[in-house]
Amino acid sequence: MEILSLLGDGMLIAIQPLNILLILVGVTVGLFIGAMPGLGSVNGVAILLPITFLVPPGSAIIFLAAIYYGAMYGGAISSITLGIPGASTAVATTFDGRPLALKGKARLALVAAAVASFIGGSVANIFFTLFAPLLATVALNFGPPEIFALMLLAFATFVGLGGDDIPKTVLSICFGLVVAAIGFDQISGAPRLVLFGMNGFLGGINFLVLAIGVYGIGEMLWTLDTTRGEVTSSKADISAKGIITDTGETFRLGWKGMSIGSVLGFFVGILPAAGATPGSLMSYGVTKMLSKNPKEFGQGHVSGVTAPEAANNSASTGAMLPMLTLGIPGSPTTAILLGGMVIWGLTPGPRLFIEQSDFVWGLIGSFYVSNFFALVVNLAFIPLFIWMLRMPFTVLAPLIFVLSIVGGYAAMADMFDVWLIVLFGIGAFFLRKFDYPVAPAVLAIVLGPIAEPTLRQSLLLSSGDPTIFFTRPIAGPITFVAIILILLPALKYLRPAKARPAE
Amino acid sequence: MKVTKRTFLGLAGASAIALSAAPAVAQGWEPTRPIDFVIMAGPGGGADQIARFIQSVVEKNDMAPRPLVPNNKGGGSGAEALIWLNNASDPDHTILVTLNSFFSTPIRQPDLGIDIMTFTPIAMMGVDPFALWVHKDSGIESFEQWVETVKGANGDYVTGGTGTGQEDSIVFAYTNNAFDMNSKYIPFDGGGAVAAALAGQQIQATVNNPAEARGFFQSGDVRPLLVFSDEEMPAYPGIPTMKSKGHDFSYYNQRAVVGAPGMSDEAAAYYQDLFKKVYESPEWQGYLESESLSPLWMNPEEQKAYWELQMDVHKQLLAEIGN
Amino acid sequence: MRRGEIITAGVLALLSIYLMVDSTKLGVGYVAGKGPAGGFWPFWLSVGMLISTGFIALNWYRRTSPPSQSDEPVLDAYGRKMLLLVGGGIIVFVGLIDIISMYGAIAVFLLYYLRFLGRHGWVLTLSMALVLPVAMFFFFEGLMRINMPKGMSFTAPVYDVLYDIIY
Repeated sequence: MEILSLLGDGMLIAIQPLNILLILVGVTVGLFIGAMPGLGSVNGVAILLPITFLVPPGSAIIFLAAIYYGAMYGGAISSITLGIPGASTAVATTFDGRPLALKGKARLALVAAAVASFIGGSVANIFFTLFAPLLATVALNFGPPEIFALMLLAFATFVGLGGDDIPKTVLSICFGLVVAAIGFDQISGAPRLVLFGMNGFLGGINFLVLAIGVYGIGEMLWTLDTTRGEVTSSKADISAKGIITDTGETFRLGWKGMSIGSVLGFFVGILPAAGATPGSLMSYGVTKMLSKNPKEFGQGHVSGVTAPEAANNSASTGAMLPMLTLGIPGSPTTAILLGGMVIWGLTPGPRLFIEQSDFVWGLIGSFYVSNFFALVVNLAFIPLFIWMLRMPFTVLAPLIFVLSIVGGYAAMADMFDVWLIVLFGIGAFFLRKFDYPVAPAVLAIVLGPIAEPTLRQSLLLSSGDPTIFFTRPIAGPITFVAIILILLPALKYLRPAKARPAE
Repeated sequence: MKVTKRTFLGLAGASAIALSAAPAVAQGWEPTRPIDFVIMAGPGGGADQIARFIQSVVEKNDMAPRPLVPNNKGGGSGAEALIWLNNASDPDHTILVTLNSFFSTPIRQPDLGIDIMTFTPIAMMGVDPFALWVHKDSGIESFEQWVETVKGANGDYVTGGTGTGQEDSIVFAYTNNAFDMNSKYIPFDGGGAVAAALAGQQIQATVNNPAEARGFFQSGDVRPLLVFSDEEMPAYPGIPTMKSKGHDFSYYNQRAVVGAPGMSDEAAAYYQDLFKKVYESPEWQGYLESESLSPLWMNPEEQKAYWELQMDVHKQLLAEIGN
Repeated sequence: MRRGEIITAGVLALLSIYLMVDSTKLGVGYVAGKGPAGGFWPFWLSVGMLISTGFIALNWYRRTSPPSQSDEPVLDAYGRKMLLLVGGGIIVFVGLIDIISMYGAIAVFLLYYLRFLGRHGWVLTLSMALVLPVAMFFFFEGLMRINMPKGMSFTAPVYDVLYDIIY
C-alpha cells in the first residue's frame, strides 16, 4: 500500500513539535476568523504569507491546512450564536442552529456542529486518500448541463422550505435570483441591471451583502421589536460534562444528517463549478426530505445542524480535489492555496500527484491531523461562545450591529456594499413583519450565480435546444429526479386547494 | 487632488529620477499606510496569481515598509477596479494590477468615464502570450487541419474562453475572421475553468495562456496548435505563429502595474523603483520563465506610449469583430 | 397591518416592474440557436415577482393571509421609537465611517448604544467603546491586513502613529 505509507509519512511530519504548535495556533486563529461574519479562510492567507518565509514550506502547508480547518469549524459559530451566516457554506446551519440557540440549546447546537464537522472532514479525507485521481476524472465529465441539472436538484430539495404563504415564498426566490443577476453578464459581456445608473452595482451583489443585511440587521431589528427589547439571554450552562452529554445527543439525533452530509457533500464538493455551498444546502434539503418529521426542520432539529456542517467540511475538503488535480480553484480559499502553490513552485494539474507526491500527501496528512485538533480546540472554546450569548442583550445587540458593518466592509472593501447591507436590513425587517420568508432569497442568491451561467452555456452548446438537459447521460437522470421532486409538492398543494373554497 | 507648485516642478523631474539611479529615490517619499493593491480580476485568475506572487516577493525581501494588501475587484470585466482607482481617496497608496481589459473595458463601456491616460504608469512586469489548444483525442495535429475541421463543422464547432469581449474572445473572433470560419464561443468565468472544460471535452478548443494550460499540457491531455506571439515560443518548439500563417497578428495579455490617477510624482517614483526591484529579483525572473511570460520592461514614458498604441489596436480589433 | 400589507405588495410590484424594464436593455427573448438573451433570466424572474405580488393582493382582498386580517399597527409606539433610535443609529454609524473612519464610528456607535439605549454605566460604556475599536484595529489592520476606511484626512496623524506601531 504505497498510498498508506505516503500518508503515514505526511502525518508523521504533521505531529512534530513545531508543527503541532503551528496547528494549534492555526486552528485557533482560523476558528475566530471563521466565526467573524464576513471573514473566512480566505483571510487566513494574510497571516499565512509572512509565516511561509519563517518556517520550512512543509510547515507552512500544515499551518495553512490548520487555518483552513479552523475557519470551516468557525463558520457555524456565527450562524448559531449570532444568527448571521459568516460564509455561504454556513447558510443552512442557521436554519436550525439559530432556533436551537434561541431555545436555550446553544451548547447542543455548537457541539453538534463541531462533531458533525469532524465526521464530515474525516469521511472526506478517507475518500480523498483512496480515490482522488479517479474522482478527478469523474469531475471532468460534469460540464455546464450537468451542473445546471444539479442546481435544479438543489432547488428541488428546498421546495417547501419557505413559509405557508406560497406567493410570498415564490416572490422571495425570484427576488434572490434577480439580485444574483445584477452586475455584469458574463455571457454577453454587457453590464446588466446597473440600477439607477449607480456604478456600485457593476460589481454585482455578493451573497454576504444580502445575508448580513437580512440576518445581522433585519433579524436583529425584528427581535428588538417583537420582544420589546426584553430578550431573555440564553440559559445554556457551561460544563465539561454537558459537552459530553451533547456529543451523545448529537449522534443519537443527528446521525442521519451527518451521514447524508458527509457523503453527499463530498461528491458535490469535488465538482469544479459547484463547491461546498450547494453541497451543504443539498444535504440539508435531502436530510429534511428523508426525515420522518420534516416539519421539525427549521424549528431546531439536530440533523438540521449536522447535515450542512458535515457537508460543508466534507465538501471543502472535496473542493481541494479539482484544485490539486485540475488546477481549478473551486472557491476563493482554494484559489489562495493555488497561488501559494505557485509561489512554492508547484504546478497543480493531473501530474501533481505523481511528481509532487510528498507535497500532496503531506497536505492530506495534515488535513487528518488538523481536523482532529480543530475538533478539540472548537469544543474547548464552546464555553466562551456560550458566555458571549449570555451577555445582556443591550451589549450583544450593538456588538452584532458593529460586527455586521465591519464584517461587511472587510468582505467587500466597498462602502457601497455597506450601505446596501443597511438597506437590505431595514427592508428585510419590514418584509419579515408581513410574513415574507427571507431564507429562500438568501438561498437563491447563493445558487443563482451558478445556475444562470450554466443554463446559458448549456443552451449555447446545444444551439438553443433545451433537450440537452435530458439527453446527456449524467444530466438526464438528475434533471428527471429534480423535476419529479418539484412536481410532487405542487400536486399535493393542488389537491387540498380544490377542497378549500368551501371554507 | 492636491496640485501644488511642487507637483508641477516635480513633474519635470520625476521621469528623470525614475530613469536614473534607484538609491536616490529611497530617501524620498515612503508609504505611511498599507498599500491598496487592487486586482482587476477575481481570486484565482492569472492576474490574481501574479499579484499575490508580487506581494510575496515584496514581503519576503522586505522591500517596502508597509504591506501590499491584495484587493480583488474583478466585477464588470475590470470596470469595478477602474472606477475604484478613478475615485481613490488616497491615490498615493492605491495601485492596480492590470490585464488587457485595462484597454478593452473603457472602450466597450464609454459611459464609465474612464480615461486610462490619466492613470500613473508604474511598471510593465511582462506579457503573457496566447496559444490555441485542442484535446489530444480530437486527432487534430496541425493548425491547417484545425481550420478544415472548424469549417467542416458548419458553425457547430465549440470553442470557449473567458467572458465575451475579453481577451480570449478577441483572439477567437480575429482568427475566425482571418480564416473565414464560424464557430460557437462559450464564455466561462476564469482561465482555470476554461482549461478544465477542454480537458473534459466539454468544449473543443481554447486560447489559454501557457500558465493556465500548463498542467494539462504536461500530462499530455491538451496540445497547442498555434501561438499568437511574435516568434515561436521556446516552451513549444515547432508550433507555428499566427504571423507565419500570413496574418500580421500577435496578441499578449499585459501584466502591468499602474497607479491611481492623481498619484503624486514622489509616490509614483517610489513605486516605479519598488517594482523595478521586484522585476529584477530572481524570484520574478524565475516566475517569468516558469510561466512562459515574455519579459518586456518599459520605463514610464514607454508605458504611456504602449497604452496609446494598445488603445488604438483594441479599438480596431473590437470594431472588426463587431463588439 | 392590513394597509401595510397592500402597500408593501404595491412597492414590490413597482420594484419588479422597474427590474423588468431595466432587463429589457439586453433583450429578453430566446435567440434562435443561441438560447436566452442577457436580460432573459432577470426579466422573467421579475415577471414572477410581479405575478406573486398579484396573488398577494388577491389574498389581501380575500383576507386569507394573516397580515391582511390583522388590525394591529405595523409599528406601534415602541416599534417606531426602536426603529428610529436603532435603525437611525446604524445609518448615522455608517454615515460617520467616511468622516471619522471605521474605528471612530464604531466608538461613537457603541457609546451611543450602550449609554443611551442600553443605559449601562459609564465604566462599561467607555471601556467597550475604547477597547473594542483599538482591538479591532490591531486585529484587522495588523493581523488580517484588511484596510478599513480612514475617514477624512484629519485622522491621518492618528493612523500614522498606529501604523508605526504595527509595522
